[in-house]
Amino acid sequence: MSPENLMIAALLTPLVGGLLIVLTGSWPNLRESVTLVTAGITLALVANLVPGVLEGGRPELTLIEMLPGLELRFRLEPLGMIYAGVAALLWPVNSLYSIGYMRGNNEKKQTRFYLCFALAIFSALGIAFAGNLITLFVFYEVLTFSTYPLVTHKGNEDAMKAGRVYLGILVTTSIGLLLLAIVWTSVLAGTLEFTPGGILAGNVQPGMAGLLLMLFMFGIGKAALMPVHRWLPAAMVAPTPVSALLHAVAVVKAGVFSVVKIVVYVFGIDFLASLDTTQWLLWISGFTVLSASIVALRILIQQGNLKKMLAYSTVSQLSYIILAAALFSSMGATGGSLHIVAHAFGKITLFFAAGALYTAAHKTEIFQLRGVGWRMPWTMGAFAVGALSMIGLPPAGGFISKWYMMIGAFQAEQMVAFGVLILSTLLNAAYFAPILYMAFFQSEEPLRAAYADGHDPWHVDWDHGEAPWPIVAALTTTAALTVLLFFFPDVPLELARAVGESGLTAGLGD
Amino acid sequence: MSEHLPVLLVVVPLLAAPVAALVPHPRVAWAITVGAAGWALYAATGLLGRVMEEGVIRYELGGWSPPLGIEYRVDAVNAWVILIVATIGAITALYALRSVERELERDRIPLFYAAFILCMTGLLGIAVTGDVFNVFVFLEISSLSAYGLIAMGQDRRALTSSYQYLIMGSVGATFIVIGIGLMYGMTGTLNMMDLAERLPAVMDTRTIPVAFAFLTVGFSLKLALFPLHLWLPNAYTFAPSTVTAFIASTATKVAVYMMLRFFFTVFGAAFAFDVMNVDMILLPLSLVAIFSMSLVAIYQDNAKRLLAYSSVAQIGYMVLGISFATVMGLTAGIIHLFNHALMKAVLFMALGAVFYRVGSVELEAMRGLGKRMPWTMGAFVAGGLSLIGVPLTVGFISKWYLITGALEKGWWPVAVLVLITSLMAVIYVWKVIEVAYFHEFPGSEDDDGALEAPLALLIPTWALVFVNVYFGVDASLTSRIAGDAARILLGEGAP
Repeated sequence: MSPENLMIAALLTPLVGGLLIVLTGSWPNLRESVTLVTAGITLALVANLVPGVLEGGRPELTLIEMLPGLELRFRLEPLGMIYAGVAALLWPVNSLYSIGYMRGNNEKKQTRFYLCFALAIFSALGIAFAGNLITLFVFYEVLTFSTYPLVTHKGNEDAMKAGRVYLGILVTTSIGLLLLAIVWTSVLAGTLEFTPGGILAGNVQPGMAGLLLMLFMFGIGKAALMPVHRWLPAAMVAPTPVSALLHAVAVVKAGVFSVVKIVVYVFGIDFLASLDTTQWLLWISGFTVLSASIVALRILIQQGNLKKMLAYSTVSQLSYIILAAALFSSMGATGGSLHIVAHAFGKITLFFAAGALYTAAHKTEIFQLRGVGWRMPWTMGAFAVGALSMIGLPPAGGFISKWYMMIGAFQAEQMVAFGVLILSTLLNAAYFAPILYMAFFQSEEPLRAAYADGHDPWHVDWDHGEAPWPIVAALTTTAALTVLLFFFPDVPLELARAVGESGLTAGLGD
Repeated sequence: MSEHLPVLLVVVPLLAAPVAALVPHPRVAWAITVGAAGWALYAATGLLGRVMEEGVIRYELGGWSPPLGIEYRVDAVNAWVILIVATIGAITALYALRSVERELERDRIPLFYAAFILCMTGLLGIAVTGDVFNVFVFLEISSLSAYGLIAMGQDRRALTSSYQYLIMGSVGATFIVIGIGLMYGMTGTLNMMDLAERLPAVMDTRTIPVAFAFLTVGFSLKLALFPLHLWLPNAYTFAPSTVTAFIASTATKVAVYMMLRFFFTVFGAAFAFDVMNVDMILLPLSLVAIFSMSLVAIYQDNAKRLLAYSSVAQIGYMVLGISFATVMGLTAGIIHLFNHALMKAVLFMALGAVFYRVGSVELEAMRGLGKRMPWTMGAFVAGGLSLIGVPLTVGFISKWYLITGALEKGWWPVAVLVLITSLMAVIYVWKVIEVAYFHEFPGSEDDDGALEAPLALLIPTWALVFVNVYFGVDASLTSRIAGDAARILLGEGAP
């Protein structure tokens, strides 16, 4: 198949899969097989696109012209390849996990759940393949609306409140700010195409460029830059597979992917670096990195909800990528792109572990994790790998991306950014290490005794073992991927390098 | 026959109306209505096709040439409006069958259909004619039949709201006829083209600005421009469902067309905008309309009334586009005529289906309907997304043009306001969706079975949903026509 047809096929597969999921809704086993097969085919199709892109191929095709000059268009380049690859690679794993989780917890409305998941992957791939801003925007909105039923899956008052926050922030920012920025760009530049080196250089005054960048950065609410990050902790009411694939990978990565894409292909790295009015992005992202880490640390100290802590860790890690993009250097863009992969593998593992704890024992709070390491060695082992990746230590993938980001900070002579990276590494260690210590070196006995009289609002099952096998298989796989990324980073690294180069006006790689 | 299309467009429905009134059986009357509306749609597409190919169509009624006779004159602008009226007319006519049987007494139904056809005829006539007095005549035909249609609503308040509309509408019509009379007094002609030629010579008199002022107020009343919109919410709320869907999607659109035609073709953009500075009135009023009416819509507890206020806000978008007086702005206004007709028709038709089953469109009564009427509420969600302006629906295309037009003029705050009010649309649409999908149905356990509306209501509704999405994905046709129309109005010549 030609790369163009592969792209279309990869996009259509989740859609067709979604339709089949609805049709087979009455036969759960068949329905889950459809999900797995669809996810597998999507992965195979996306994987087949990689060699061509590595060789410099940029397949493109126009779907339809909505208005003169306003086209739905796809054009695959390295950054899109990275994001599409991550989403497609983790979907099958997540589907396996979902089966274990949804059945293990007797969740309702599973057909709708799997359908919305397929739609979300469809829109994620659409975002990845987008050839211009309007296509990106269209799929961005589809992603928001298709994940809303997943966030409100439980259907109770809490879920509805969280759904309001979720939709409220994401829709407000995207329509109020992002759409305005896109129309403005189209008026200024006369085009919305993603072009290596950017389309805005020479078309906009410095002050306006700073304002436009601000509209874009806060308009992309999915990137969770403070203060538009509140939707992410709120979305944690969703079932854990949703938090894992969507709110650690597909949705949030759609946000930071768009950020990097706009920095590299709409503004252009050289253009942004030449302006004084765009430096604020470095500060605000650095602030987000640190303050979100501090919030996570506070949750640890209060021994609060594990998923909430992971959510704030995600907010912080997403801003790493924005920070890297805000260095406005090619090495920064490379590091940021690579961190999309590294963080995805690590964070999905952590969420998988959180969901495994819930499924096996209804444990959701950090204090309940004492001694759990020996009851669930696979789960907590994987958790440890994920935590290493978050902190940025070898042998986890997070080390590689952090390395490149630090080089980028040096290259751009931004010591502030360098300091933020170091400081946040310490903070990450401070809130992940104690959990591992509690899990492996503390005893569960005092807790057990305290809740023995039946006053346990969480209904924890203290005599649990490992989670069901699909869950264990899934989290072992992602943990393995995290380690493998450290030893074999070649493919993503090469793609990430191409991203860094194509941001320069010279346009080496593209 | 095709050269007589302009007049047959109006004459055939005009003759069908009395027949529909006289037949004893409601379903026969309905069939006649569908036939008349179907004919109008056929003629409208034929006209539009010819206009796209040949440019302006001129037709002299009875072979009498103007200024003695009446001339029908069709260009891209009114061919477009005619198509809107005919499309919505045909679809609501199909939809009417079951909805009207449910909401009206049997012996009134033939009269209802007669009034319905007359109303459509009037609107088509306003759009097709090139004679200003003929505009007034058709305006009266459509208005009078509309008053009757609204008064047939089940709720007793339909009578008072119809009366309110009658008073306001008659004031508007009087203003319009005074304006026309003043122009006739100064120029001695009623033909639009002749007026356009002769008016410049008498522009300096006091009479012509006065005529312009009278006409502006009259049109504003008819199109429900804030603050002359007071008749609209009640009329929409208490009219029969079919009537609301039809009138909300066509009557105000045709009034906007009249404003466009008089401002740009008859008076000329230079006079209207540079001498009279009408944009200084339209711009602030439309902005206030968009903002305040969106706000009011958020606080409504009746779904129909909520949409009625939203209509006033949406009319503000159209007038806003006109007030730019640029190709981009006018294109936005004109394309929104069509797009808004599509989305509002879907929404009101979905509510009609709700009324058919539930007997009320109070939000309170719509709890849990998402599960009980999935197709009806699905159509409502689709129409709501279009109203918000979500990509891949026609609403997005309108917003795109409007914001581009505002930014082109450098009117920052206007663009921002348009976006803010889109978000307000999210809130009021979501209000309905949340009630329908997240609140449990209050009734007893054994009563929560499916309640889906009959196919006779669903098929027309979903046909329009399809059109909403189709022209949202591929707007090349609609944007070309709207762009042509805008250039014609601004006198930049059609390609």
